[in-house]
This record gives sequence, structure tokens and C-alpha cells, in this order.
Amino acid sequence: MKIVLSLATRIATAVPSLIGVIVVTFLLARALPGDAAVYYAGSSATPESIAQVRKALGLDKPLWFQFGDYASRLAHGDLGTSLSSGQPVLHDLVARLPASMELTLCALLFAMAIGLPLGIAAATRPGKAIDHICRVIVSVGAAFPTFFVALGLVYVFYFRLGIAPEPLGRLNDTYFTVPPTVTGFYLIDTILAGDLAAFDASLAQLVLPSISLGLFALAPIARIARASMLASLSSDFCRTARAMGLSRTRIVYGYALRNAMLPVVNILGMVFSFLLGANVLVEQVFAWPGIGAYAVNAVITSDYAAVQGFVLMMAILYILLNLAVDLAVAAIDPRVRYDG
Amino acid sequence: MADLTTNLHAQSFWRDARHLATENKLTLMAAVILLLFIVLSLLAPWLIPYDPLAVDSTAALKPPSFAHLFGTDALGRDIFSRVIIATRLDIGMAIGAVFLSFVVGTATGAIAGYFGGWTDAIIGRFMDTIMAFPLFVLAMGIVAALGNSVENIVLATAIINLPFYSRFARSEVNIRRDMTFVEAARMGGNRSFRLLAFHIVPNILPTMMVQGSLNLGWAILNAAGLSFIGLGVRPPTPEWGIMVSEGASYIFSGEWWTFVFPGAALVITVFCFNLIGDGLRDMIDPRSRR
Repeated sequence: MKIVLSLATRIATAVPSLIGVIVVTFLLARALPGDAAVYYAGSSATPESIAQVRKALGLDKPLWFQFGDYASRLAHGDLGTSLSSGQPVLHDLVARLPASMELTLCALLFAMAIGLPLGIAAATRPGKAIDHICRVIVSVGAAFPTFFVALGLVYVFYFRLGIAPEPLGRLNDTYFTVPPTVTGFYLIDTILAGDLAAFDASLAQLVLPSISLGLFALAPIARIARASMLASLSSDFCRTARAMGLSRTRIVYGYALRNAMLPVVNILGMVFSFLLGANVLVEQVFAWPGIGAYAVNAVITSDYAAVQGFVLMMAILYILLNLAVDLAVAAIDPRVRYDG
Repeated sequence: MADLTTNLHAQSFWRDARHLATENKLTLMAAVILLLFIVLSLLAPWLIPYDPLAVDSTAALKPPSFAHLFGTDALGRDIFSRVIIATRLDIGMAIGAVFLSFVVGTATGAIAGYFGGWTDAIIGRFMDTIMAFPLFVLAMGIVAALGNSVENIVLATAIINLPFYSRFARSEVNIRRDMTFVEAARMGGNRSFRLLAFHIVPNILPTMMVQGSLNLGWAILNAAGLSFIGLGVRPPTPEWGIMVSEGASYIFSGEWWTFVFPGAALVITVFCFNLIGDGLRDMIDPRSRR
């Protein structure tokens, strides 16, 4: 019961953020340069048609009324219509979201798979070669712009070595059949469809973008893993465990690591902020058909409803991910769980 | 007396700086490289061999040579000249953004930390709202809404950085609010704002400056990322992000120099800023030396 209650309070803390995000996206759309009605009426507008559009969009109403209108449309899942695709923005975004999520999750997996062992190895052998390698990777990883890394990888592995497939989207549909959408994740859908060749191909397409995106997230993860492992190894309970003659493996992996995981999970919130932002840049380089590429196109063509929908969707996604991180922390750490 | 103390301060500052420079050769090297970059970019008009905007169709996409150190781009413009001249814009945007968030963040954070209560709650809620967005995405939204210009890139980068400064200043001021030197100044008849502006804020400035220097590299990456996707800086203006993006189209025909050199300039600059930030932090806060 107590756990259910603390879960509920934790979920409730996301509500103010959600309201803030909705207010900000509303204000962003109102901050558009010039008169929105003139913009939506098109280039061949007459004063009458502009007035008509203004009335139709509710722009002649007071601001608080417009906000209420915006919020109620949001509640019905109406994000407006995209000017460039002619489709409802929500439809566009939902259709493209799986591509972005698949890429982001693969990048996170890569960053964790490399960053955690690296940080742990560096902390258990301070001053040794692996520690220095970790330090170099952390500081270099923080200095490389994602888009530059992505281009460099494409140049080396696609153009020079010819190992990687052409960096154009998720699957080359002239050679492979796109699997029927079940989850939207090609890696899962191709297996469900029993098409192993397409699975291999989509995996190959994912490798370079995931690495470019993941390298960016690797630095903070490795840094925190190293620092928290160091703190945990030098703490009293580890000293006691050593004094009692426990094996080194037991101490490092059985006791120190468990305690060191908490800061790592905590920093995942920040890492997600990086990943969702850098996603846009990586999608641009690899012609990835996700929401980032969609948003860039929308920004360039001044498709404001689409930009607004994108910012809102990303923010909501980020709030949910943070909530998930919070819940994971509560699951790992009994102190957080019982404090309520 | 005052002279003596400032003298002592200055001495210890230089001793610290020298200690850092000899102890931490990396920081020194980073500072030298960065200084070189900045001097080069300031002297650029007299140094660069070509006009960075001059189009020469006969010299398009030439690989690096003695005539064109970094080669030429699709329009025959000299990449070396463009990379050098772009340093001003890139570093300028970053410094502008960091300065803005530094000033506004310190002010709001100091007020929130000093007065507490409702003021604190409102400012804190505002900063939380900014933090509720993935930061780069919010920057994209701001630039899209306010208009596609360099000023708005600086503004957007400043806004997404604001919460870090504000929260930091808030906690630092909060610690000092009831310290003895503040009490003494209050007894001396100073009003709240005077107390804040002349007694507390100068005390937190050093740590805030370190925060700012650690932030500069990140600000450059952010601004370059925005211009990479076509926001803010417009062609033909030389800027590293947009140059990488223009060079990206020639990756499939093997003209690597079109994106490698501007990208490398970006990486080196950010790396130097990060190293200097780390060095400064070690100087201000010896506990973080490891």
C-alpha cells in the first residue's frame, strides 16, 4: 500500500512539468514573428480572408481563451495539420516515432554496454592504462559534435572501407521488404515476420547511427560509473568486506557495484536529454525517417504546427523517461522507496 | 593595508596559476592553443590568403595543397580562410550565450536563494519548466518561433543554459545568506539589495565563473549543432557547423576536406575550452583535484 502511494506521489510530480511544457509550447507558437493569421492565410490573402482566418483560428479571442482552446484540442489529440504533408501532425509524429525510439534505445544500449564496464574497470584499476583510456575517452567524447562523428564514421566505414551500408534510412526497400508494422521497431518486426535477411539489413543500418549517437552518451555514463565505483570501493562497507576476507570479485561485483549503480541510473535522465536532442542531428546525417528529421524539415519550411507538435511530443517523452528513471531509482534504492 | 591585501591576493593568484600551468601541462597547452586561435581570428583580415566569400569556379573542390592549405569547397572558396574567419563567429556566439545566461542566471538565482519563499518558488518553477524539455529540442523550438537569426541562436543557447546557473547561484547564496560576514554587513545598515549585490554575489562569482568556463565548450557545440541543421547562420557566412553541413554532401564523392577541417576546428576549440574549464575548477576548488 505504501509503495502504491509513493508511486502515485512520484507520478504526480510530473504534472506541473507537463503543464509548464504545454504553456511553453503554446507561447512559442504565439511568439511567431509577424501575424499568424497572415501567415496561415497564405501569400494571396486579401484583408477579408485574413480576418476570416483569424476568426477561424480564434486569434481574435483573448490569450487565456486561446490557451483554453489549445489545451482542449490537445486533450483530444489534435496537434493541428502539417502544412507540408497535409496530414494531422499527430499522425505524422506517431508514424515516425518508432524509428527515433529504436535508434535512441540502441544508442543507449551501446553507451551502457561500453560505458559501464569502462568506468568500472577504470575505478578498480586507478592509475593504470585502462584508467587513462577511460579519462581520454570521457574528455574526447565530450568535445566531439555528434554530427561530425556521424559524418566521419560514414566517410570511413561506408565510403572508404565499404563495410557499412549506404546511410539512407532504416532499410533499403529495393532489396528488402519492409516488415508489416507490429511494434514499429524494424529489429522486432522483421523477426516477427520471419525475414532474417531484412533483420540483418536493418541491424546493419542501425550500427553507425547508434554508435554516433551513443558515443555522446558514453562520456557521462563512464564518468559517473567511474566516480561512483571509486566512492563505493573506498567506503566503509567495502573495507569491512575486505577485512573479512571476501574475494575481490565478490566485493567489486556483489557489493560495490550494486551501490554504485544508483548515481548511474540517476544520470540517465540527463543522458536522455542529450540523446533526444542529438537524435535530431544524427537523423539528419543518416536520412533516418524519424521525428527529428521531420522536425528539421518543418523548421526549415516554417511548418509551425509540426514544430510545435514535435517540441511537445519530445518534452512529454522526456518527462515520461524521467519518470521511468525515478521509478527505477525507487526500485533499486530502498531508502527512496520507503521515504515516500 | 588594502594595497597589501590585493597584492597578496594577486601574488597567490599568480602562484596558483603558475602551479596549475606547471602541474597541469594540458591546461597550459589548451590555453596556448585557444589563444593562438583567437589571435589568428582577430588578425584574420591581414593573414588569410583569400577572401572567405570569393567564389572561384575554376578552383572548385581542390584537395589541400600549398595554394589552398585546407582545399576548396564546391564554390571554389578557400576553406582555410573560411575556417579561420569563422572562429570569431563561433566563439563569439558561445561567449555571448554564456555571458547572457551567466548574468541572468546569477541574478535570478541570487534573488531566489536570498529571499526564499514565493520568489524562490516562482523562479524555481520557471527553471524546472525549462529543464522539462530535452535542451536541444527546446533551442530548436525557440529559434523556430523567434526567427532564424544568429541573435536568436545566442538567445536560445542562453535560455537552455539558464537553469544550471540559476540553481547553482541559488544554492551558493543560500549557504552564505546567514554567514557572519553577511550579518556584519547587515548590522552595518546595508539593505537587502546592496547586501546581495556588493557582499554576497562577489563571493560566489569565482565559482560561477568556473561554471561558465566549463559551459563554453558546450555552448559552441549547441550553436554549431543548430546551424548544422540549417538554423541561424545562413550561407555564405563562414561558420563551422554550417561548413560541415555543406561539406557533408561531398562525402560520397570522397572530398573529405570539405567537412574534416571545419569539424576539426570545432573539436579542438571545444576540447580546449573543456580543459581550461577543468583547470580553472581545480584552481578554485582544490578538493576536486584528483
